[in-house]
Amino acid sequence: MAVENELLLEVNDLKMYFPIQKGLMKRTTGYVKAVDGVSLSIKRGETLGLVGESGCGKTTTGRCIVRVYRPTGGEIIFHVDGEEVNLNRLERQELKAFRRNMQMIFQDPFSSLNPRMTVLELVGEPLLAHGIARGQELEDRVAEMVNAVGLRVEHLPRYPHSFSGGQRQRIGIARALVQRPKLVVCDEPVSALDVSVQSQVVNLLQDLQSELDLTYLFVAHDMSVVRQVSNRIAVMYVGKLVEVAESEELLRNPKHPYSETLLSAVPRPNPHHAMQRLSLEGEPADPANAPPGCVFHPRCRYMEDICQTEVPALTELSPGHHVACHFADQLQLQGIDSASPSSS
Amino acid sequence: MAHDTLLEIKDLMTHFHLQEGIVRAVDGVSFEIRRGRTLGIIGESGCGKSVTAHSILRLVPSPPGNIVNGQILLRRGDRGTDQEPVDLARLDPRGAEIRSIRGAEISMVFQEPMTSFGPMHTIGNQIMESILLHQGDVAASDARELAIENLRRVGIPRAEQIVDAYPHQLSGGMRQRAMIAMALSCSPRLLIADEPTTALDVTIQAQILELLTALQEEFGMAVMFITHNLGVIAEVADEVAVMYLGRIVEQSDVNELFDNPQHPYTQGLLNSIPHIDEEKLPRLRAIEGVVPDPYEIPRGCAFSDRCPSFMPGTCDRAMPGLDETGPGHRVRCFLFSEVEDELTEVADGR
Repeated sequence: MAVENELLLEVNDLKMYFPIQKGLMKRTTGYVKAVDGVSLSIKRGETLGLVGESGCGKTTTGRCIVRVYRPTGGEIIFHVDGEEVNLNRLERQELKAFRRNMQMIFQDPFSSLNPRMTVLELVGEPLLAHGIARGQELEDRVAEMVNAVGLRVEHLPRYPHSFSGGQRQRIGIARALVQRPKLVVCDEPVSALDVSVQSQVVNLLQDLQSELDLTYLFVAHDMSVVRQVSNRIAVMYVGKLVEVAESEELLRNPKHPYSETLLSAVPRPNPHHAMQRLSLEGEPADPANAPPGCVFHPRCRYMEDICQTEVPALTELSPGHHVACHFADQLQLQGIDSASPSSS
Repeated sequence: MAHDTLLEIKDLMTHFHLQEGIVRAVDGVSFEIRRGRTLGIIGESGCGKSVTAHSILRLVPSPPGNIVNGQILLRRGDRGTDQEPVDLARLDPRGAEIRSIRGAEISMVFQEPMTSFGPMHTIGNQIMESILLHQGDVAASDARELAIENLRRVGIPRAEQIVDAYPHQLSGGMRQRAMIAMALSCSPRLLIADEPTTALDVTIQAQILELLTALQEEFGMAVMFITHNLGVIAEVADEVAVMYLGRIVEQSDVNELFDNPQHPYTQGLLNSIPHIDEEKLPRLRAIEGVVPDPYEIPRGCAFSDRCPSFMPGTCDRAMPGLDETGPGHRVRCFLFSEVEDELTEVADGR
């Protein structure tokens, strides 16, 4: 993976509030603040892992970035071919044309493919929709893509039901990549797959990244899978980023209490693993009614008075390591206990 | 049957007769579950782990499913240990005897707590139903107190209010706790947990695993824990059976299995997952291929078409037996047994 120094994507203060409507008149009685002020950047060729528990807003963040949702606030800026493209300023038609640069791979390969379309139609549809190719050229490009994801040309006339989960995920990947996007948002791409197939798809995504010069935002809840693919990891909790760092740094040297507990909760495939699990009491806060101060304070074992009133800002503790915690520089937190430090 | 054996399964075969052909979902599975211990069953989709569990409780829909062979011997609680165990495989799935076992002596926790609770009744009513059904001496007026007590035991806050809540009003983690409360309400001696944490977040998963371990220590029930997650199995199980396409391919004590995995499939599974406590590998070591379609299982060893140690002329000739390779460690692989032995057994009409 060659990460270049050039930025591909900048997200500034992204907000996505979903209204809660009640009653016959659909009065808005409140907002679910699914994403509440997220800022991040991704370099060309890089993979940024976005982890967190269900409901933390990681999927919504991904969807805002590819403009499935129109965000409530904030800016999404792409740097493509030397130009700066602010998605907020694009007209409808321009946005539609720009969409080929950003694609999404979905979690569930059973519901994300239209059962009435053949593989050829499924993978060829984006090319038709954007007027990129048609006829024989389209078939050639689809065949090339299908080969690249490990399927065969004989599969083209078949329908999704005749494929296994792993193969369907490959179709979904081909469909996302056929128009050569710059950024791919992978939303839990392997969590619905069998254990033995997960590793195949992870390897495939890594191979395709270097072959096709892709940049990934990898949204997942499984820390060990995220670490495998990511250069950097961002940890999200109830709509906010709480920590961002190089992946090995984050795992070995977590600075936010939530990252520490997430790491400790990963079940280790090792019966001798010394059980010093930091159990996390309670459940994630309700994004419609987030607690004041630090959103994590009701579950935090290091909570002090200030955490209940003041929201900690995401600040850079050491180069590239950002944390949103009042006590980040004082806490001694426990990371993974891998024997030797990584060279990467 | 050893004296501390609670449940013994012998050569169980559960087949489904479908239009496309016969699916041998469970095809000759044998194991024992001992009192107070945890047997972990690990395998991918289609390996027969859930069908095995459903066969024990006689919940396999028939038609199309049938237990075509084997015994499921349960030592019931109300009889002395010298009594003959009951063969659940021979009971009428709708009869009185299996119904007095389900929920009382053997209960089950499912993967998706949303769909396993009825949506129209409160949590409390559903727990009370099983208490009143199985514990004849409990008065209806006391059942509610017992239900609250059960909810409190699994760590549900404000249990006296939650008892009147409907399933949709609870979060996934709380629903799974309520499910466990219901499963334990009649103090079963065997709890079957079918992927009980798969639908949950890791932090909630950790809470539920701790809860199950604590409850098991407190009440001494045996647990059959079904999962596809190797990390979860390492944490909860005493013994492990690895299943592939309807058969156990390796079986041993949990430490032995992780320290000395012998079947190429077990080794492949352990190698293919990322290990968070170890140095990151540039690439994951994936197992080739996919789990075959149930109608196209390869000849001979079912894993032979994906096996890195495949031996032509051996593995495609016969199904290896599950042979002991060390104390309590059994492996179904021709790396550890002779193909000629299996062929003679086939010739003998087996």
